[in-house]
Amino acid sequence: MITFIPRDRVSKNWIMIAPILSIAFTIFFGLLIFTFLGYNPLETLYQIFVSPFSRIDRISDILVKACPLIIIGTGLMLCFKSNVWNIGAEGQFIMGALLAGFIALSFPNIETKFFLLITILAGFVGGALWAFIPAILKTKLNVNEILVSLMLVYVAMLFIDFIVRGPLRDPMSFGFPLSKPYPEGALINKIPFPGIGFLGQLHYGILFVLLLTPISWFFVNKTLGGFKINVLGSAPQAAKFAGFKQNSITITVLLLSGGLAGVAGVIEVSANIGQLQPEVSFGYGFTAIIVAFLGRLNPTGILFAGIIIATVKLGADNAQMTMGIPKVVTGLFEGILLFFLLTGETLQKYKIKWSEGKK
Amino acid sequence: MIKFCMRIFSLIALSISVLFFVISSTFAGSPTKVGFVYLTTPGDHGWTYAHELGKQMVEKRFGKDVKVSVVENVPEGPDATRVIRELAKQGNEIIFTTSFGYMEPTLKVAKEFPDVKFEHITGYKRSKNVATGNIRFYEGRYIQGVVAGLMTKTNKIGYIGAYPIAEVIMGINAFAQGLKSVNKDASISVIWANTWYDPVKEADAAKVHIAEGADVLAQHTDSPAMLQIAEKNGAMGFGQSTDMSAFAPKAQLFASINNWGPYYIKKIEELRNGKWNTGDGPNHWPGNVWGGIKSDMLVISKFENMPSNVAQKAQEALDGIKSGKINIFAGPLVDNTGKEIIPAGKALDDGALWGMNYYLQGVNGKVPG
Repeated sequence: MITFIPRDRVSKNWIMIAPILSIAFTIFFGLLIFTFLGYNPLETLYQIFVSPFSRIDRISDILVKACPLIIIGTGLMLCFKSNVWNIGAEGQFIMGALLAGFIALSFPNIETKFFLLITILAGFVGGALWAFIPAILKTKLNVNEILVSLMLVYVAMLFIDFIVRGPLRDPMSFGFPLSKPYPEGALINKIPFPGIGFLGQLHYGILFVLLLTPISWFFVNKTLGGFKINVLGSAPQAAKFAGFKQNSITITVLLLSGGLAGVAGVIEVSANIGQLQPEVSFGYGFTAIIVAFLGRLNPTGILFAGIIIATVKLGADNAQMTMGIPKVVTGLFEGILLFFLLTGETLQKYKIKWSEGKK
Repeated sequence: MIKFCMRIFSLIALSISVLFFVISSTFAGSPTKVGFVYLTTPGDHGWTYAHELGKQMVEKRFGKDVKVSVVENVPEGPDATRVIRELAKQGNEIIFTTSFGYMEPTLKVAKEFPDVKFEHITGYKRSKNVATGNIRFYEGRYIQGVVAGLMTKTNKIGYIGAYPIAEVIMGINAFAQGLKSVNKDASISVIWANTWYDPVKEADAAKVHIAEGADVLAQHTDSPAMLQIAEKNGAMGFGQSTDMSAFAPKAQLFASINNWGPYYIKKIEELRNGKWNTGDGPNHWPGNVWGGIKSDMLVISKFENMPSNVAQKAQEALDGIKSGKINIFAGPLVDNTGKEIIPAGKALDDGALWGMNYYLQGVNGKVPG
């Protein structure tokens, strides 16, 4: 039996050394695997870690990819901090995108960009409503929110599938499951840079992240609400004695994280797709769980974690394009990276005890 | 400290990338750079594998004259836009995007790179530098219908469809036409898998068909799962996209093989000669290049596991389609509710095929949605 015992104090040195060690281990195993499989190991590492930064428009691609991860991850942070396990951000993302899409498609001629405020709000409401189901079930009936939120992901996937094949299908699409294109007012434009033009797909949705990270930092660290969430998560008993209402906190964090996932959905669809289709999320809601933990459940950490994950994903694509390394191999490498990063993280806080359990 | 590291890091990144740029531009020369975007991996043994075989034919045909880049497992959304753009940026001169969902991403990127040629597989939107290509899959399904009609003992045919879109429905109807031509008593039941590729779901659908008494199965999904189930249960079936006899040596009657190679080669050749164009063909159906058995884009594998008289009938159907003697959708056509679609003496044109939202006689049930 292995048990994890919390360390009395976390060594300052280890906080610095652990990530370096994790990355060293990752690189070591990466080199081993790539060499073993017959790929030039150094070039592979270059493609995965460095090539995404090698051109300014590639850097903008990282930001675009990280954008939904950071938004969803920030919302999930609030849940996880207060020991509420929302696994269903993927579904909340979809429902947010869907409600916003419904409103966008209801006004086919709208051109003013102020309309975006409405669709984004709709996205928040859509995601929050979807998260409200596990919230109310947990607080009223004590139903496990992990199960409910996860199962609702599949309901959401099938629901959007149904909607784009049926009610919202573009009659001009030859039966293919696509909605009409969004009106101009519901589209998030790419950012034009003077002299350069557009940088890849870099769009104004990024501004939302720039607002969200500081605001959520302030909320978590400087407000009573953030304090309550922290206390509820780290010392539920203390929260009870202090008279914090556990149920209302649970509902609030679920609504907030669902809402943020919904907003991420709107931004993703409005900026990058421009219409509804059967698949609008591509596992963002699940990847964001990793991002939240990799970011140590704090807003700045999540910002960087989102960028790291996005970088490795793009690097994997680059490795494929230039060196023909299949995605399964780079996926394996991603797994190793996450394994060591999270192990390093865990071992900082806990020590391992091998006890002689019953066999 | 962090700032310093970042600076060093970006400096290293910059210098390495400059180095790579210098190296790559020195060696850039004659080979035509060709990009492919795959939806899944060649390991699907179906749709993407068929494209992979086409790509290999390209490499074999052109050798050192082409340099091929492939990206697999690209989801049909923003990632596709990014990957296609990246392929264009890396200097690929012609890019094949091999799934329907890449339609908007392809068009979007094509607008940004007017000098790069794009070939979108199975789409229906085109532009100055976006051409589309598709295969007349339904022709193979007519022959499947003929064989199924002669082989079935229970007169029940189980059909697994991916999604109720025109392409799949015209396949079912073509199958029904083939079936009707040899066996008026047999009928087709359709199960919608609502996925192109999910071996578990496809296998489940096959089991349901067999449990309901079907003894010949057909599929419009991508994996060999259906044939494997047929093999285990003593039923028969047809391979999809690639020859699947390795998965079902006793159950596969024949396979309709998607042969993308000649099409790829032709388009690349045209590009190299400066003759590439988006082709003709009206805008209302997918594929300016919409080739079938005649143009070798659809290949029928060996007829096996069937008596020689059935194989002979199948060969006749194949020859008939090739020579144009058989027009699969010639009138009189009546849908399965008894409504006349087209009278005798006329035939459906390609545009009408892409508007199919009904079943012809011989198919049970109705089209969902």
